[in-house]
Amino acid sequence: MQVVENIVDGQKLFLQKEYQDSFEKKKEFESSYNSVNPQKVKEITEWTKTWDYREKNFKREALTVNPAKTCQPLGAIMAALGFEKTMPYVHGSHGCVSYFRTYFTRHFKEPTPCVSDSMSESAAVFGGLSNMKDGLRNCNALYKPKMIAVSTTCMAEVIGDDLNAFVSGAKESAEGELDDVLIPYAHTPSFVGSHITGYDNMMKAILEQNNPTRSEKVEDAERINVIPGFEPYLGSLKEIKEINALFSDKIVMIGDHEEQWNTGAGEYQLYSGGTPLEILKTAINASNTISLQKYSTVQTAKLIKNKWKQGYTTCNPIGLNGTDAYVMKLSELTGKEVPNELTIQRGQLVDAMQDSYPYIHGKKFALFGDPDFLLGLVSFIIEMGGIPAHIVCHNAPKKGWEADMKEVVAKSSWSEECQIWANKDLWHLRSLLFTEPVDFLIGNVYGKELYRDTGIPLIRIGFPIFDRHHLHRYSISGYKGALNLLTWITNAVLDKLDEETKETAKTDFFFDSVR
Amino acid sequence: MLEKLEEEVIEEVLKAYPAKAAKKRSKHLGVDSPEKIKGACDSVKSNKQSVPGVMSQRGCAYAGSKGVVWGPVKDMIHISHGPIGCGQYSRGGRRNYYKGVTGIDSFVSMNFSSDFTEKDIVFGGDKKLKTLLREVDELFPLNNGITIQSECPIGLIGDDIQAVAKAYKKESSKPAIAVSCEGFRGVSQSLGHHLANDTFRDEIMDDVSARAGFEPTPYDVTIMGDYNIGGDAWSTRLLLEEIGLRVVSQWTGDASYKEMAIAPKSKLNLLHCYRSMNYLARHMEQEFGIPWMEYNFFGPTKTTQSLRKIAEFFGEEIQAKAEEVIAKYTKMTDEVIAKYKPKLEGKKVMLYIGGLRPRHVIGAYEDLGMEIIGTGYEFGHGDDYKRTKEDLKRATLIYDDANEYELEQFVKKLRPDLVAAGVKEKYVFQKMGLPFRQMHSWDYSGPYHGYDAFAIFARDMDLAINSPVWSHTKAPWEKNQELGA
Ligand code: SF4
Ligand code: SF4
Repeated sequence: MQVVENIVDGQKLFLQKEYQDSFEKKKEFESSYNSVNPQKVKEITEWTKTWDYREKNFKREALTVNPAKTCQPLGAIMAALGFEKTMPYVHGSHGCVSYFRTYFTRHFKEPTPCVSDSMSESAAVFGGLSNMKDGLRNCNALYKPKMIAVSTTCMAEVIGDDLNAFVSGAKESAEGELDDVLIPYAHTPSFVGSHITGYDNMMKAILEQNNPTRSEKVEDAERINVIPGFEPYLGSLKEIKEINALFSDKIVMIGDHEEQWNTGAGEYQLYSGGTPLEILKTAINASNTISLQKYSTVQTAKLIKNKWKQGYTTCNPIGLNGTDAYVMKLSELTGKEVPNELTIQRGQLVDAMQDSYPYIHGKKFALFGDPDFLLGLVSFIIEMGGIPAHIVCHNAPKKGWEADMKEVVAKSSWSEECQIWANKDLWHLRSLLFTEPVDFLIGNVYGKELYRDTGIPLIRIGFPIFDRHHLHRYSISGYKGALNLLTWITNAVLDKLDEETKETAKTDFFFDSVR
Repeated sequence: MLEKLEEEVIEEVLKAYPAKAAKKRSKHLGVDSPEKIKGACDSVKSNKQSVPGVMSQRGCAYAGSKGVVWGPVKDMIHISHGPIGCGQYSRGGRRNYYKGVTGIDSFVSMNFSSDFTEKDIVFGGDKKLKTLLREVDELFPLNNGITIQSECPIGLIGDDIQAVAKAYKKESSKPAIAVSCEGFRGVSQSLGHHLANDTFRDEIMDDVSARAGFEPTPYDVTIMGDYNIGGDAWSTRLLLEEIGLRVVSQWTGDASYKEMAIAPKSKLNLLHCYRSMNYLARHMEQEFGIPWMEYNFFGPTKTTQSLRKIAEFFGEEIQAKAEEVIAKYTKMTDEVIAKYKPKLEGKKVMLYIGGLRPRHVIGAYEDLGMEIIGTGYEFGHGDDYKRTKEDLKRATLIYDDANEYELEQFVKKLRPDLVAAGVKEKYVFQKMGLPFRQMHSWDYSGPYHGYDAFAIFARDMDLAINSPVWSHTKAPWEKNQELGA
């Protein structure tokens, strides 16, 4: 029973004897088939750690267990929230939208605006046009956006709603109410690709539908667009903008969602920050566009290269080499020397790497996450002398990614020990960790259960992270971002070392005060 | 005065909508008070289609079936059948506690998906599903059954998951249950609860073999509509055991298949979340003659009332024990109230939640001297609103399927001291400097059911309202500003 002087959480409450006894009593009614037979449970537990299990596990054709990816509209919402006063609008069921908002909100600890037009059975039969007509007007009246960015859930895609016709139909019947609001739209079927595909489709739609055609383009030779991609680290967006500004104020970010998920206390703002619409509408005029996530902007790239005929490059400013390449690219495109400030930052990062390398050198890592994130992070681990032993990318694109990753891995002197696992999920990874263990695991919150099962410490880098606070506020890009990565990884190694050496009179000779 | 403000804010909110939407929404909003005859609790429209284009806080039928009702059944594997998203978003967020070895004999916090591709949409997914079911059994041999939870596309592409499940059940001799809970069905998660209940009725009630050998006693009860969020069902179970009852089955928090199959043998069904499980309670009454009783374990007043009601059903012996238990715990909860009430008395609360909580938690707040000035359901029905009336103590704003815009306006106008709702709303109100508690997940705390849990509840409300963090919002150089101005 609780004691008023010391009220305990469920964590401790349920350890009290009366609750433990109650759990015992419950067992009597639970068992069926084979389960809750402790012997059997043990046996199967051990079996799941074997090569035999691994082989069966890797033969799966139909079943996905514990995925490390999610569906398109989520990415579309992030793309939309990168623009000034833009309301993401999802054409389809509202259940999905509740999920999207919750997912982002649990990660950022911030509100996530997004509406849906609540399609249901009647829409499944008759199509969602009337939902769209009412929905756009209601959205516009309540939330007064400057732009409404329409994406779709599975439902709308399966019944085949024609967004182009629906949006224009809705505009026409809105008695002028929608005349001043931009309404780009993108099909984002969840049974194709993953959340990064949705980002790509929405970004392309927003750019294409809000810019004139090439014949009306007025090239601005100095202007460079930078598209961040599906970037969960708000600090990265900030740092990239800082680097850009050191070169030129004509380098602009297209799709800047930094402030939307980082507003201060005091009053609630529905919209915050974002790329100004004037900048969006002139995106075509830039001489060059740089995408920071090659695989989150595949379709967008086609628009920019083929239709807009701009210079287009991809960079991946995660880690030292990636940031170097980005900085040199900016230097090349602007024709300016690399600013001294960046040389100083680089020096500081390298200095820090030289301080910490003994703890990372030769350590084995398993990493999972989005394709571009992994390319950057694996590169950084290799730069530090670590071994990326398992690289799991559940949403690996069919074309190009594996080859790119092989190129990165080839730089490691342990490259034969590095295995690339495209389109594998976290239950596959579990087998890998048991049969070919590593020292550390790097990934998002879903790595937590792998940590529990295998004992391999999880270093939380990725998306989503629900169970630690404020990490998304930091940068993982640029030299300062790499320093954050270095700090998290090194200190995780040291924490583990302390954990392993803390036993009095047994291991604590190695429990050093200086590391 | 309060009532006038409440009437005013409804007017104001409705003005923001285009005419058609305003007309619709006006039927879902109102004011009620204990004195009122035919107040909002009797008249608001509910369980209707949401207005399109707003930030509704509602979920879908899949969320109701997989997320709420089926998901917590721990020894079965629940397949999110369709594209990858739904299963990923609903993974691990609800805090349905359970005991078991995850991945071996329990599976609640995991995500099993058929991860549809375009090919599956075009050619159908039944074949894939068949293969998948076999793979599940091979890799997770200790599962006690599989459920197939349909996502939106399934019902639209003409798949016959019921047939696949039936065939597989024969082949494997374990339960294989298909739920057609596509997200576009119905208007909210509520239909998903109902559909899940229907599959319980059709699949579990008949499974006599699973309860073979069960030896009944006169004191066997089933807990229904408790999803063990933060351990709620455990703190409930303990009290029932202490008054001399035997809890033979828990639906569905920390539930296992077999104990669910025992339910038709219990003497009384105890129903906490009426909304999500009344269907099955009614069915068991008709089919097996098992009476059911609603109870409320939020806060000591309601818990005590409920325990007495339950004990009365079983007669003097249990009643005597119940009085002992009540006396034992009341001493503690009185101390809790003495400690926290002075710090919370008179504080005004606005609620916006699902299922049973918009009415059930009122008593717990009142035990602490707090006042509810607004409440509403994301997916309630008329019978929920009618039941709410009894719990009102003053003029109360009633809002059905409120969206974020409305909630924001209500709060700005009525200025509660605490808002208790869901995670999507949490940071909106915290940014305004308002204390907030999530009342779906217990804000990562809990349990909140029963006497021990009330101590945690009281402590949590105190920490929310009296935290120093709310006093830092304004910088020392800023002038006094009104909330939300
Ligand atoms: S997979 Fe489809 S139905 Fe599921 S959340 Fe994503 S869009 Fe919605
Ligand atoms: S009410 Fe409760 S148990 Fe019923 S669905 Fe909601 S949060 Fe739930």
